[in-house]
Amino acid sequence: MHREDAIGAAVDHPSTATLHEPELKHHFDDMAQQREAATLGMWLFLATEVLFFGGLFAAYMLYRVWYPGTFADASRSLDITLGTINTAVLITSSLTMALAVRAAATGERRATMTGIVLTMALGVVFLGIKGVEYYEKFAEHHVPGPGFHFEGQAPERAQLFFSLYFAMTGLHALHMIIGLGIMAVMLYMAWRGAFSRRWHTPVEISGLYWHFVDIVWIFLFPLLYLVDRHK
Amino acid sequence: MSQHVIVPRTTYVAIYAVLMVLTGLTTAVAFLDLGFANPVVALSIAVVKASIVVLFFMHMRWSSRLTMVVAGSAIFWLGIMLVLTMSDYTTRGWAWF
Repeated sequence: MHREDAIGAAVDHPSTATLHEPELKHHFDDMAQQREAATLGMWLFLATEVLFFGGLFAAYMLYRVWYPGTFADASRSLDITLGTINTAVLITSSLTMALAVRAAATGERRATMTGIVLTMALGVVFLGIKGVEYYEKFAEHHVPGPGFHFEGQAPERAQLFFSLYFAMTGLHALHMIIGLGIMAVMLYMAWRGAFSRRWHTPVEISGLYWHFVDIVWIFLFPLLYLVDRHK
Repeated sequence: MSQHVIVPRTTYVAIYAVLMVLTGLTTAVAFLDLGFANPVVALSIAVVKASIVVLFFMHMRWSSRLTMVVAGSAIFWLGIMLVLTMSDYTTRGWAWF
């Protein structure tokens, strides 16, 4: 009887020599391996995201090569000031995100929450500015569809630029909105005291997602706003 | 196995400062007439910015080799998508026979 119990315990906990860690799932050897698996999985997901956005970047590249003049005309109708400000806002949110992840790793609960709240606030500012820009595009009839009107030459080609503009920035904005949802969950978990120096993987991989969305914008900004601005 | 590194706050702030300077630079350079080099410069700055976000904010610098390979594969597959798409469409008008 005694012997069977001992065997059962050994099967349940193959690494009984190490201290039992509540955050460690039984299929991982140790915390480092568990953390490594989570990071790797997130990067694998981000690789699929690169290709998800990649299709739109490929379409953009092709039409820009085909219609450089129209793309330049259409690009100049975008508000470069708002675009630059939004780039700065998003980069700042990446800093606050990085600081939130750091605070989680050092076990600073309040700093983690502050970082997440600032990141979310900057995310909302970004979406607000994006909303103002979308509003301007609607007012100028630059939204593709029956009501589309473009002052420059080849309006049908300009419509392609604006289709790509709305598809790319729209997909990016959708990622921002999802990111805000993820951050709300992270904030709740941090508030509940779920994270510690030992285990804070959710904040870390959510941070990877947030930085990825920032990187997409880093490419969207020059491609959409900075085509032949000097003319 | 990757080590769990705590990066100093000053490093993050320094990286942030570089990113902000590059953002200002890319907007400023867009108003200079560099001919065909305009998109090249704009995209080069974007690649530098994205790289330092990946290396520092996303901790790739301190990640395992396997994670680096997976991240690198994303760039590789994106390259295939862009290069093969363009090599198809831009050569359809070529008539050799």
